[in-house]
Amino acid sequence: MTQVPIPDKVDALEIRGLRKIYRHGVVALKGIDLTVQPGEFFALLGPNGAGKTTTIGILTSLVTKTDGSIRVFGVDHERKSAEARALMGVVPQEINFNLFERVADIVINQAGYYGVPRAIARPRCQKLLEGLDLWPYRDAMARTLSGGFKRRLMIARALIHEPRLLILDEPTAGVDVEMRHETWDFLRALNASGTTIILTTHYLEEAELLCGRLAIIHQGTIVAQGRKRDLLDLMNQQTYILDLFDPLEALPDLPIRNIRLLDPHQIEIVIDRNEDLNPIFEALASQHIRIQSLRNKSNRLEELFLHLTGGTHDAHA
Amino acid sequence: MTRMRENWIGLKTLVAKEVTRIFRIWSQTLIPPMITMTLYFVIFGSVIGARVGKISGFNYMAYIAPGLIMMSVITNSYSNVVSSFFGAKFARHVEELMVSPLPLTCILLGYMAGGMVRGLLTGALVTLVALFFTHLDPAHPWIIITVALFTSAIFSLAGFTNAIFAKKFDDISIVPTFVLTPLTYLGGVFYSISLLPPFWRSLSRFNPIVYMVSAFRTGILGIYTMPLDTAYAIMSLFLLGLFATNLWLLRRGIGLRS
Repeated sequence: MTQVPIPDKVDALEIRGLRKIYRHGVVALKGIDLTVQPGEFFALLGPNGAGKTTTIGILTSLVTKTDGSIRVFGVDHERKSAEARALMGVVPQEINFNLFERVADIVINQAGYYGVPRAIARPRCQKLLEGLDLWPYRDAMARTLSGGFKRRLMIARALIHEPRLLILDEPTAGVDVEMRHETWDFLRALNASGTTIILTTHYLEEAELLCGRLAIIHQGTIVAQGRKRDLLDLMNQQTYILDLFDPLEALPDLPIRNIRLLDPHQIEIVIDRNEDLNPIFEALASQHIRIQSLRNKSNRLEELFLHLTGGTHDAHA
Repeated sequence: MTRMRENWIGLKTLVAKEVTRIFRIWSQTLIPPMITMTLYFVIFGSVIGARVGKISGFNYMAYIAPGLIMMSVITNSYSNVVSSFFGAKFARHVEELMVSPLPLTCILLGYMAGGMVRGLLTGALVTLVALFFTHLDPAHPWIIITVALFTSAIFSLAGFTNAIFAKKFDDISIVPTFVLTPLTYLGGVFYSISLLPPFWRSLSRFNPIVYMVSAFRTGILGIYTMPLDTAYAIMSLFLLGLFATNLWLLRRGIGLRS
């Protein structure tokens, strides 16, 4: 492929003032700014209808923007559209390959659209399909693959032209736990080899596990953006679930704020970020309440997400 | 590697994919036109044609053969592109192309080439069928080749336009049923325009298919029913007009981008 000269210090993705108003008047994006550094594993999170897929749609040229600018590794997405697109690989949310084509053909044909000759595409295809455990199915019709393998095929297709920026829109939706972990391992290795990755996902533990930086989009606006650790520090409170050895009919009087009995075997407590847990355990022990285990009610990113988007636990499920 | 070479690889890939599709579903793409045209030759040529007598010095079977070949070129070029591109839109694998750096001109050329291959291939097969029924001695091979190329390209592009606007599968059969088939039947496939009453003869001059069939008949039989330069001018106009329209529609993202 044509090698676009890329300056040393340039953002992998720079979005400025991106707006999208659909023809029927729906404002999907209200002027978002987003920066992704080269080599990052970046999460773009938000509830349904927040604007994630519109943002990705604009990046991939399937949605036309209303206003704003995008640069991919410094290349203007509008003026040098072909060059910018050549730098990106896209794994969309929905299956969008021809189900009646062979697995290997889907990947090799995609290489052709990016100008990669077949002689180069074939070994690359083999390497990708082997890496994603798809090689035994290379001659199978795509429609015969399971849901998880179909998603993997989309990852292989997106990587065949060796993009510097990979955009993944819900790459593990509907995939079983084992296959999801294998996909995570593959993506981690890909990121470690230098590919910048942008991930949108409904599985917040996936984002927490994989991504170093993230942005949360809500109602067309970026409500938080930064390093995962810094954003998690924004959380003032944490909710814990305590599992009890012995069942309780009711909570005794305790010098603890924000405590409630969920059921005879579980207590929920909400504490401030800097609050000490020891006095709570001491107070419970003084009432002969024995704690079997302690855990977060939801993962920390999920709590941050709900805090920033004003949602409930069901809002993004 | 230059951008031009990359685009060439992309175009070749798309054409190869389209041609592979034609052969993969050969029982839907290549066999039906042969069966249909065989029936036309049997019914119109052998059964009815024997009672019609000669037209412009040729027996009826030989006279309708160029028209029937053209008819298969027209319908197959059109239906190949309309079904393939709409199918790609419907199943969303057109996005494979839209996210790639392949220029829209190459995408349009790729689908057009696919339609042309099927149109010309079925045209060749129908010609073979025709040779079982009548003797054809090409009078002007270059006219035959150029008119077939023009016609298949024009109707491939027309099919592309239809596919861009189509929102459901019903929409891809409306134009062939209500526009293409009547225009083809009224395009002088089975008769000479000169046999029509003056009013209908004048009206037929607005039907572009008349010029294509007439020019193709000139190529095969050597008889002139319409001026050749007018036929080439009209075909060139339609080719350029449809290509430019489709490119504009693609650039606007009609039916493809939101």
